[in-house]
This record gives sequence, C-alpha cells and structure tokens, in this order.
Amino acid sequence: MPQVFHRSSNTLARLSIVTGAALLVSTVLIGSNLSRAPYVTQVGAPVDQPVPFSHKHHVKELGIDCRYCHNTVENSAVASVPPTHTCMSCHSQVWTNSPLLEPIRQSYLNGTPVQWNKVYDLPDFVYFNHSIHVQKGIGCTTCHGPIHEMNITYKAQPLSMSWCLDCHRQPEKYIRPREEVFNVNYQPPANQMELGAKLVKQYNIQKGQLTNCSICHR
Amino acid sequence: MDNKQHQPLNLEEIRKRLAQARGQQYWRSLEEIAESEEFQQILEKEFPRQSSPLGAFLHRRQFLKLMGASLALAGLTSCRPLSMRKIVPQVQQPEEMIPGKPLYFASAFSIGGYARGVLVESHEGRPTKIEGNAKHPASPGPGGVVNPQAPAQLNPDGTPKHIGATDAFTQASILTLYDPDRSQSPMYQGQLSAWTDFNAALAAEMAKQAAVRGAGLRILTENVTSPTLAALIQELLKKYPQAKWHQYEPTHNDNALEGAKIAFGTPVNTIYRFDRADVILSLDGDFLYSGPASVRYAHDYATRRQVRYGTTQMNRLYVVESTPTVTGSAADHRLPLRPSQIGAFALALAKAVGLPVSAPQLPAEQQRWVDAVARDLQAHRSRCVVVVGESQPPEIHALVHAINHALGNAGQTVVYTQPVEANPVNHIESLRDLVQDMAAGKVETLIILGGNPAYNAPADMEFARLLKELTQRNGFTVHLSQYEDETSALCLWHIPESHYLETWGDSRAFDGTVSIVQPLIEPLYPSRSAIELVDNLLGRQRNSYDIVQAYWSKQLGTANFQKAWRKALHDGVIAGTALPPRPVKMRLDAVASAAQKVSAPAEGLEIVLAPDPTVWDGRFANNGWLQELPKPLSHLTWDNAAFVSPATAQKMGLQMDTGGLANIVDVVELRYRGEKLRAPVWIMPGQPDDCVTLFLGYGRTRAGKVGTGIGYNAYKVRFSDALWTASGATLVKTGERYPLASTQQHHSMHGRDLVHVGTLDEFRKDPKHLVKAAAHEEPLPTMYPEHTWEGNAWAMVIDTSLCIGCNACVTACQAENNIPIVGKEQVARGREMHWIRIDRYYEGGLDNPSTHLLPVPCMQCENAPCEPVCPVGATNHSEEGLNQMVYNRCVGTRYCSNNCPYKVRRFNFLKYNDPKEPVLQLLNNPDVTVRGRGVMEKCTYCVQRINAARIEAKKLGREIQDGEVITACQAACPTHAIIFGNMNDRQSLVAQLRQQPHRYSLLEELNTRPRTTYLAKVRNPNPELEGA
Repeated sequence: MPQVFHRSSNTLARLSIVTGAALLVSTVLIGSNLSRAPYVTQVGAPVDQPVPFSHKHHVKELGIDCRYCHNTVENSAVASVPPTHTCMSCHSQVWTNSPLLEPIRQSYLNGTPVQWNKVYDLPDFVYFNHSIHVQKGIGCTTCHGPIHEMNITYKAQPLSMSWCLDCHRQPEKYIRPREEVFNVNYQPPANQMELGAKLVKQYNIQKGQLTNCSICHR
Repeated sequence: MDNKQHQPLNLEEIRKRLAQARGQQYWRSLEEIAESEEFQQILEKEFPRQSSPLGAFLHRRQFLKLMGASLALAGLTSCRPLSMRKIVPQVQQPEEMIPGKPLYFASAFSIGGYARGVLVESHEGRPTKIEGNAKHPASPGPGGVVNPQAPAQLNPDGTPKHIGATDAFTQASILTLYDPDRSQSPMYQGQLSAWTDFNAALAAEMAKQAAVRGAGLRILTENVTSPTLAALIQELLKKYPQAKWHQYEPTHNDNALEGAKIAFGTPVNTIYRFDRADVILSLDGDFLYSGPASVRYAHDYATRRQVRYGTTQMNRLYVVESTPTVTGSAADHRLPLRPSQIGAFALALAKAVGLPVSAPQLPAEQQRWVDAVARDLQAHRSRCVVVVGESQPPEIHALVHAINHALGNAGQTVVYTQPVEANPVNHIESLRDLVQDMAAGKVETLIILGGNPAYNAPADMEFARLLKELTQRNGFTVHLSQYEDETSALCLWHIPESHYLETWGDSRAFDGTVSIVQPLIEPLYPSRSAIELVDNLLGRQRNSYDIVQAYWSKQLGTANFQKAWRKALHDGVIAGTALPPRPVKMRLDAVASAAQKVSAPAEGLEIVLAPDPTVWDGRFANNGWLQELPKPLSHLTWDNAAFVSPATAQKMGLQMDTGGLANIVDVVELRYRGEKLRAPVWIMPGQPDDCVTLFLGYGRTRAGKVGTGIGYNAYKVRFSDALWTASGATLVKTGERYPLASTQQHHSMHGRDLVHVGTLDEFRKDPKHLVKAAAHEEPLPTMYPEHTWEGNAWAMVIDTSLCIGCNACVTACQAENNIPIVGKEQVARGREMHWIRIDRYYEGGLDNPSTHLLPVPCMQCENAPCEPVCPVGATNHSEEGLNQMVYNRCVGTRYCSNNCPYKVRRFNFLKYNDPKEPVLQLLNNPDVTVRGRGVMEKCTYCVQRINAARIEAKKLGREIQDGEVITACQAACPTHAIIFGNMNDRQSLVAQLRQQPHRYSLLEELNTRPRTTYLAKVRNPNPELEGA
C-alpha cells in the first residue's frame, strides 16, 4: 500500500503541536501581562486636562497643602476637585491674563463648571473612602505617587484589586504616622515594618476586617 | 394561556381538610391546603416554570446561533478602550454641601391634602430616599423603642437622629419625581404649546371674566389644607365675587364630617389617641393602613402592644369589617359583616352601652359579639375607643360619637378639633354644584388644580361628558396635573404640575400642624404648582418661594421672621400650629333621631368600593414600585380583583386555579344600575358572604406607560349616593378567565409552620410555651469548627406581634437598595426582586381565619448554607457576621439560592435594572451597586449604612453606638417591629430582645443559626369570645 501522507507530514504534525502549545502559553502570558501593563492600566500616562494644571508647580514650588484644594479629603469619601472659586482665589490676583487659565476664567464668568478628566477611576462596584484612609495613616503619595513631581497628573498605581489587597492584608507595609499623611516628601524609615506594626495597633486597625468583601463592595 | 395543566380548587375538600385538622394549624393559601400538584411543583421549584424561559418561541439551534453571535459581540465590546469619565466640580461650592456626603432636608408629602412629614436624603442635589420626620405628628419616631441617643440632631455621618416612620406611598413618592411619563410641557388641544402662549391666553381669559365679575369662573381643587393656597383662592374670590371654588377628592371624609354635624351641630375633626386606649373597636375602619394619620395610629397602637418579659400589658383590638384589611388582620377578634349589617351592629352596641336607641334583633353570633364587646368597653371606660370607617354613613358616625361619649372617651381617647381643611365642604355636594352649573351652561372658565375628576368623579355626575362639552363650546378649561391624564385630554389646556420635591408650598397634618413643603431640586421640567397658577390667575407671576414666604411672613410677624422661617424649614413643622382640642356638645336627641334612619340589613349581594391598597384612588397608577408591591393579604400585584368569599365562590361556581404562569381566575360581570363591569375574582378567606369588594384606582386609560390599561375601573359603578357601599347588584359568571400575578406562593418554605402564636394568658403563665414547637434545648451539633464572634455582631429581631403587614419596609428597602421592578409576567414566574417579603399565614376555617404575618429578609445565618455551594466564592462571611454578597464575583449559577432554606435570594434574570430613560438613573442610591443581569442579590442588612457608621465611628476613635445604624426597613416601620443592632453590645435593644423568652429562629432544626430572629406573636383575645 502506498504511503498516503508525504514524509514531511510528520514534521508538520510535530511542528503544529509545538506551535499550538507555544501559542496557547504565549496567549496566556501575553494576556496576563497585558492586563497588568501600563498600556491597559494607564499607569504613568499623563491625562489631558482642559487646563494643564501642574501639581509640581503648586505643591513643590509653591508649597500649597493638599487640603487647600482637596478640602473634603478628611471628611468624605471623595477628596474633591476644587470648585472654580478656589482656583480664582489666587488667580484673580496672579496670572490674570494667562491664556492657559482662560477656561477657569470662563467658568467663573459664566457659572459653568470646568470638566476635568478623571485620572483615578474605580469601577462602580468599588466604594473607596478617602477620609478613613487619611485618618488611619495612609499618605497621599502612597497611592498618588510622586504627585509633587508631576507636571501633568498621571496615575501612579494600577488600582487593581490585588494592589488594594496588598495593603489591606498588610497595612504595616505602607502606614505612616498621621501627621506625615500630607507630607509629600515623606520617606518610609528603615524600620517600616516595626513602626507599621506599632501604628496598626495604635490606630486600632482591624486587619481581619479589612479583607472582608463588604468593606469595599456593597 | 394553556388551561389544561391547571387544576381548579376544590373548596369543599379544603373545608373538610381544615375541619379535620387537629391542634394549631397554619396555612398560607387555599392552594396549600388543597395540596394540588401545582402547589407541590411550586414548592419544589424555587423559580417555578423557569426551566425553559425561551422554549416556547425559540428552538435550540436558533438559541445556539444567538448565543454565538452575542459571545462574539461581547468579545468586541471588551476591545473598546475605557471611556474617560469626567469630574465636574461646582463653580462655587454651596455651604454645607460636601461631595460624597448626603444632606437631609425636611419637607412634607400630602395625600388627599393631609401632610406626612418627611426628611429627604439628597446626594449632590439629587433626592434619592425619603425618611419620616419624627418631629412631625404623622410620622412618629421610635420614641422609647430604640435606645435614645445623645440629644444631638445629627449622627456623626450626617444622618438626622429624628428619623420617623413612613408608609409605602410616601416611600414610593420619590419614584414619581423621576417618572419619565410626567408631562413636560403645556398642551393646547392635545398639541405641544409654549408657556408664553398659555400666559397670554390666561391673561385674556381673566380679563374677560373680570368684566363679568367672574360669573363664569370656577376653580376645582382637590382637598385643600394649604393655608397659602386657601388664602390665594380667597383673594381670587374677592377679586371675582361671582366665581366659585369647588373641591373634590374621591376618598374624602364627607361622611365623618356629616356625622359630626349630626352629633355636635358642627363639623369637627376627630383624632384618636390609641396610645391611651386599652380596648379598641373598629367598625369598618382600616385606621392602621389608610387615612392621613395611619402611620401615627399604627405607632400609637403598637406602643400598647409590646409584650416583653416583665411588661405584659396589652391592648385589645376588635374589628368588624366588610373586607379583609390590614387592621382586620391585626385584630384579636374579627367579625366579617356585610356593610349594611354593620349599622345594625352599631345600633345594638349603642343600646348595650346605654344609649336611647332601638336596635334590631341580631343573629345570635353577632349578639354574643355585641354583648362581649360592650362589657369589655364598659370595663375600660375612658380607656377604650370606638373607631368608624369612612365607608359608613353619617348616621353611624354620629352614633359612634355618642357611644364614645357614653363610654367617657371624649377628651381622653377621642379628641375633637376644628376641621383641618381650609374650607370643610361636602365634596360630593361641591362637585354636584359644579356639575349642575356646567350642565346649565353657567361655566365659561374652569381651572382644575390637580386631581383627575374625569376619571374618578361619581358615574352619575357624568363629569367627563360635561367637561368635554364645555371645552367643545369654547369654554376655557385648564387642567394642572403631573400627568397628561384622562382629565387633561378633555381640557383645552394641560399645564404640567410640579412634584412636591420641586416646589415650595405648605400643608397641614391630620391634627392641623403646618409643614412648609420644601423643594429638594429645581423642577426637572418647566412646571407650575397650584399656588403659582392661582397667583397667575390673580395677574401676578411670583414664584412659589416668594408666595409662601410672603404668606408666612404675615402670619409669623416680621420681627423675627427669618429666624422662625429657618426653624420651620429645619424642623419640618411650624411650632404651635396643631389645632387645639375644642369642646363639643353632644346632641343625643339628634343622634337618636338619626339612628332611626339607619337602614336595616339589605338582602342580596352587596358591593364594597375601597381605594386600592397600593395605587390608592388611582393617583399612583403609574408608580411601578406600588404596582409591583404585593397588596396586603391578597399579595396581588399589577391588577385589581373583585374579592368574594369562599362560600359565595362555591355558590356561584367561581374558580381560581393555580399552576402555569399565573393564578388563572374566573371573570365575573357585575351589573349595577345599568352599568356593567367585568372583573377577575379573587377568593378571599375572611370576606363576608354575598359581598363583593371592588378596588378603585385601576382601569386607567391615560396613566402612563406603567399604569394604562390594567385592571378594571370600579368608578364606573360608583354613584354619588352610594360612594362606598351599594346593594342590589348582581354578579354573573362570564366563563372568561384571566391571569393574575400573586406572590403568595412564591419563596415558600415548604409549608412548615414558621409562625408561633399564643395568647397573653399563655405568655404570662409560661412565655417559653409559645415557641415550644421551635425550641431545641441543647445547642445543635455542627461539623464546622465553633466560631466566636468578636467586635460588632449585627443582628435583627422582628416582633411578629407588632407587624401589621403595611408594606412600608418593602418599599423602603426597594428605594434604599436600588431594587428594580420586573413587571406582571415576570412576577407570575416568581422573579420579583424584593429583598424583604411579608409572608401571610392563616389559622382557622376558611370563612374567618386569623391572620399572622411574618416579614422575611435575609436571615444572615452564621452557618449559611448558601456559602459552601458557591463555586466562585461570591457569597461569604464578614467578621461582623454578615453574609456578604459580592455582585462583581457572581457568575449566576444560582446554587446559593437553591440551597437557601429561607428563599430570600433574588436573581436578576433580565437586566431589570437597565433604565432606558436617563431620568430614572437620577433615582439610584449612589452608595449601593446597581446590579446587572445574571447576578444574585439579597438583603445586606443595609451594609452601606453600617459602613458609613463604622467609618465615622472609627474616625472618632470609638465604637458604633446602638441606634447609629438603622436599616431602611427598620426606619420605615410604623410599629417598630424591626429592631437592628449589635448583639455583642449588651446594652443594645437588639441584645435585650434576643434574651426574650419567646424569641425563636426560623427552621431552627437546620442549625443555620440565623442572625435574624423573631418574637412569637402574642394575641390578647377576650375569653368570652375565644373558641367561637
């Protein structure tokens, strides 16, 4: 009986098995890496805004406290983007003719709000509360990164659930003394884990509770 | 509908089975005793008839094709980059507004003119939830029931401490605000028109009327208690002296006012003080559920019914009624009588308490009742009260006033004041005046402020025809209303009316207390309120704020006005405006002569016309929450039916089948005075024989997308001389059948006896006796390691003695937790989404069973059977003992629901929560996830409220105090039957209630260890009548 298949078929068959397996592995690898890549999470990608607001200028160069603009951060779930009137409290005196600030002046004159683009956007089924984090010694820069170095604000952390849980499981890794929360230049000490454990106890943080689903999802 | 699979009910067989039952037996429905195959099927399948939801119209191959396509499309959508969302801050931040934190404002919601005080929750200027205002007399707070907190006004998280109870209507009124069917523009002859055109036309018309001193001008309003509106109308009548003001409200208390005129020679307002009453007799009065003071009355009634260890004083409630009602179901003794028999009963009672009236001979059973009740009342002189319902004629009202005087109740448990109404007229006579003028051609300009008289005026007045004719012969007819409804369609102009949360106003409560109606939001659509329109009639263009403030600055004096005004807005009431008690003089001779007019019991079939328990007189017909709310006792949704008694049904061969997609019932034709009305029947245990109850409010033709074209219109057989009851009707079986959707069978816990009932005497002797059947002495063994709960351990106790089944909790939960409605067809499939349901159990025979109610939210079991079966861990336990449901993890296997013995989980089958109308999205509570299709959901103990309280407490470095977390159902409950709190806090009320001897858990033998537990129901029967 003559051979039905050419000899090269063997090679082809082996090749396709190997290629298939490789494809599968690479798909999984690419997929899982891609979903964590800044390309998807947008970490480090500056977001265009109607006014190119520079945190670097306002925070580092001028030394304005976070809470001057984000004034509800200690009371409410949201830190608040400031109302136009807050901008104008200075900019009615300085840079009054700057073309960059035209949208702010328009908003002030017309009474129409400025629409800022959201940099840190959580899914709707996640309920984050700024006030309790600030109260329990989580610093601004822990999540918002070197905000005092950003000309245009970008997302510093991926905001994935594993990232949230990293701290909710072991808050001592990131916690700092309350009085340092708004200090953008804070550097964790060498004995962070030791200090962290002390602060977790001192601030009555119930670690077991922090990983309960209903703490964030409801 | 395929009828073959339906089994008719065999009522005779049911009777036999009930008669043979030994000991206490509870039953949920007729089908349950019949033990039909369909009932078994309903029990076994949690979601009956769901197995092939597509089967009927979709074949397997088509289904696969569609699934393939939708999978491919689903893949595509994930390739789309996340759209950038915006942050939109204020230009200037209003004082006190903190983004992310709700604010509360006091206002008032009125039905029939009478105010209920509310506190409205507002998120960034968007009202989302209504609570009662405990400072208002009609929405009392918990009083001594929940442990009183520090005197501060607000909890640390900004919620007010003075939250009061509400009813289902008040809770649902927020949905009307966002109803996309609300009218949005003036209409001229059915065409869109402009406000400027209307203003010009109105000015021209009023100039014409000014020339004839208003001779052709008529104003028709609903019942008016608003001092500002009344003052404006009086001003208008002064300017146009020939004009007339008419009032019509289909459920107005004309009979009560006429009765007071007979008894006292003057109309007075009657207020009952149930908090002082030991014995209560109600003659066809549903005081716990309907009427302007129902929430207050339910609260007061419940304060005398809290049977706890050590405090075993309890009031006693007798109810004589012609239709099973909420009040009747709460009664210790209930006597079903036809409406015309109630007159004879009242006469016999009057005679028994020593009044000079002659009473007809009563049947032995009724006479026994009269004797026993009269003895009980006389033994509690000045501490008892006799209540009479609006449906009874004025003579009976007068007679009951005399009975209360004879029992020394006047001034004690019955208080009289001036009428609350600005102009207390007889509404039927007032409308009759108008109709006669319309027929005589005397009316040229008719301004209708609210209401819907073309739909709900008595049939014999032919209001709709006369209105149409008036418009056709160039009459200037204007209808101000929130919807472009039946009346609007017949008017020249329709003007959109503002919702009460959009405009300023004022209104009086049942005791006269004035509330300023404070808006929470700018009108969603350009619209006017009644006071603004009357101001327009006066040639002015002021806005409602200026009008109301101008009026009250005159009343309150200008010296300290701003302070007084701000206080009135803050408190929600104007202090000192409650009407003082007024002395009355009983005219016994007038009552005695009126008593002679009480007609003898009629022969043959009688009709009772009652406002529907959820859509009321029809005004809530387009409110989906109220349409889908299971009506008390019948648990019907989306329809009205005609109630008949089991015996009447047997006599007429009427059937009510189970199985299939709905309850398939017979349709009857009611013939009365030449009118014919077709209605589906509902066989109602406890309904008097030869008496059919029809419910008003359905059969709307222009209600909106939700309410149009459902049910029958009972106004067709409502005549001005027989508004509430009528005799001489005939009922004919038509042979037609009709599907009704009742939730009574749904989520059944397999017929187990889950209510425990005992008498007060039994409780006094041995409190544990009541729950003997449920109790298990030793802790049941468990295969799980024992867990000790530290910190907060949330728990709920529901007192079944206090639950009256008013549904306030169900609606409050719906509003708080973004619960969607699903529609009639889906309800029939058992897919309603309410997180809390009220199970109804009957005890005793078919003709007059006792009713027991059991509200069932999630039990939050410590050993939760739902948790181990979830393949993705979407439901699990929190440290504080909550059985958490993680929506974003749920893949929709429904194993959890299958394994839940209490049937409290709800599955979102069809994207119910996907409003096509953007305006409905404004309604959602931002603190609760809006669940999508394919996700299981259930009661969370309002975890969003727990989290808010926990965060605030932690910020202050302290524990959550008792009373800081109040669940939505608990806040709404008028009788405070639901108590929530931390059971590890020994001082908390919930911990104390958990120590009560008559506490029990549902299905304790399963060892699920529920956190939600119950107090057994304690009745207080009269030994003389017991065993009857």
